Amino acid sequence: MIRLVPNQSDSIQRAPLVDFTFNGRIISGHMGEAVFTALTRAGVLHLRDAPADGAPRGAFCCMGLCQECVVEIAGNSVESCRQPLSEGLAVLSVTRGKHG
Amino acid sequence: MAEPFDIAVLGAGPAGANAALEASRLGCRVVMIDEQSHAGGQVWRAKSAAVLSAPETPETSAGNQLRKAVSQSAIAHLGDARVWQIEQVPEGWSLQILVGGRSETIIAKALVLATGAREFVQPIPGWTLPGVIGLAGATSLMKQALMPPGHRTVVSGSGPLVFFVASEIRRLGGTVAAVVTPNSRMDWIGALPSMCRRPDLMWRGMVWMADLMLARVPIFWRHAVSDVRGEDAVSSVQISKLGPDWTPLRTVKTVTSDSVCLGNGLIPALEAAQLAGLEITHAPELGGWVPKVAKDGSTNLRGVFMCGDGVGIRGASAAEIHGKLAGLSAAEFTGKQVGLQKNRLYARYAAASSFGLAMTALSVPRPGLEKLATPQTIMCRCESLSRDQLLHEIEAGAASTNAVKSGLRAGMGPCGGKFCQTAIARLVASTKGLEEGAVPPHTARPPLRPVPVSALAGDFAYSDLPIPKPAPL
Ligand SMILES: Cc1cc2nc3c(=O)[nH]c(=O)nc-3n(C[C@H](O)[C@@H](O)[C@H](O)COP(=O)(O)OP(=O)(O)OC[C@H]3O[C@@H](n4cnc5c(N)ncnc54)[C@H](O)[C@@H]3O)c2cc1C
Ligand code: FES
Repeated sequence: MIRLVPNQSDSIQRAPLVDFTFNGRIISGHMGEAVFTALTRAGVLHLRDAPADGAPRGAFCCMGLCQECVVEIAGNSVESCRQPLSEGLAVLSVTRGKHG
Repeated sequence: MAEPFDIAVLGAGPAGANAALEASRLGCRVVMIDEQSHAGGQVWRAKSAAVLSAPETPETSAGNQLRKAVSQSAIAHLGDARVWQIEQVPEGWSLQILVGGRSETIIAKALVLATGAREFVQPIPGWTLPGVIGLAGATSLMKQALMPPGHRTVVSGSGPLVFFVASEIRRLGGTVAAVVTPNSRMDWIGALPSMCRRPDLMWRGMVWMADLMLARVPIFWRHAVSDVRGEDAVSSVQISKLGPDWTPLRTVKTVTSDSVCLGNGLIPALEAAQLAGLEITHAPELGGWVPKVAKDGSTNLRGVFMCGDGVGIRGASAAEIHGKLAGLSAAEFTGKQVGLQKNRLYARYAAASSFGLAMTALSVPRPGLEKLATPQTIMCRCESLSRDQLLHEIEAGAASTNAVKSGLRAGMGPCGGKFCQTAIARLVASTKGLEEGAVPPHTARPPLRPVPVSALAGDFAYSDLPIPKPAPL
């Protein structure tokens, strides 16, 4: 089929894969990418539960404003859309309600 | 910091970076602050460190050119730095910035605000499900990570961004399940005269659309996603036909997908301007509420200049030129001679704005779109408040966004109201029979950005996220 917009996904070179964990599950992502993009690639979209009604939430604005992607790393809450991934990072959900 | 800077520029997008470059070229001591690591702003956001190489695009080459100019200049560029407070001081203006987990103060004689825009997303049932991201947000994801938002994505929204996002998803190896846009083909034909001013961009847009058609991606004109379904994440969406004022008429189709991009135009990010004390007015053709700013970027606050999409959504090309104008005005304020340099830019600014404003006109939601929210639809994501709960508060007397905020905490969550206040203001206006221009956004309060809890070691609870204090009524 004719494509006016070529698929260029094979011509992108990425940094080596490293392992990290999300709520204990081992996931791999490219060193230096945002934690949330590594999680998205692994199919992990549900990052936390809304505090008021426990409904599942994930990254939304992708630019550091909405705070929907906040996760806990080393006891601190960080925006996973802005947090670079490093080897062995232990990432936890901030709130775990009925879906956790 | 010891000696105050001549000029502090907030924002390193096309507007802020060009303001900083002009002022620095004229010999001003300039500091430029941005929460992104690299210059480029939203439109030319840099790729993450995890992408070692990738094919060039018009966005990456424009961004690289700008980043090179900044690195070759004398500008002190503070990346990964968030401005959270702005105050007038005897020397000029003081900014509180968070950098490396600490708060620092920067003082400058003049301040250039180039804060850009954020997107408006009309609340619909299911829009809080994981897998739903903003349409402009999707460009941000794809620019930094060079990956599509999912395997099979429904791309929905107004204006040109919907076709750009769909095309980028295909370029990065994803599948577009459907393109859904409230605009009609006639809306686009009506925009052709203004688009002819930018044949390069018009041609690009035509390639995006033709590629989608060749790939037999369904394009739903004058439709909207009216419901997103799924348990833990998106599994399908419903698409509804819209009337001429974008009122949803009937559901026509269900499409399976694992991701959805939703967006209905951009709104100027004016909290920093409000905090500095600039007056705001309602200008729907510019994207909503805008600060009062002259075409050369000057304002009626001494030493404060503003430029780019934060002053009205005119697009990246206009932002570049407006940035130059504001940089020259700020330099002039600090005593530099600028001669006739500003005069040469006005005609170019007007031409670039005319294209950008035509795109904004296509993007701005029409009144019927808000009917996509049902009584149970969550309007305030942070506090999970439904339309019904808000209506109840409004009917009980809350007649302003400030009143809704203090009554229900809507707009007081971690996002500071950035993703609910426009929809809440529209709800107040329609319930009370007011014009949108009679319901201003709530009073801006520091912090402009959440102050990171990384300073607080030990147990963390969600409630520790710094939450702006309620505005006094
Ligand atoms: C998410 C998003 C994606 C977009 N993508 C496109 C696109 O692909 N193509 C297109 O034509 N237009 C796009 N736009 C429209 C955009 O507004 C452009 O027209 C252009 O980027 C505007 O330039 P600017 O310099 O005025 O603002 P921006 O480019 O938005 O730059 C503003 C900068 O200010 C910084 N900033 C704001 N507040 C603070 C703070 N408190 N502390 C620190 N830094 C701060 C931001 O990080 C940002 O880098 C997008 C808009 C958004 C919101
Ligand atoms: S996705 Fe909105 S802050 Fe990260």
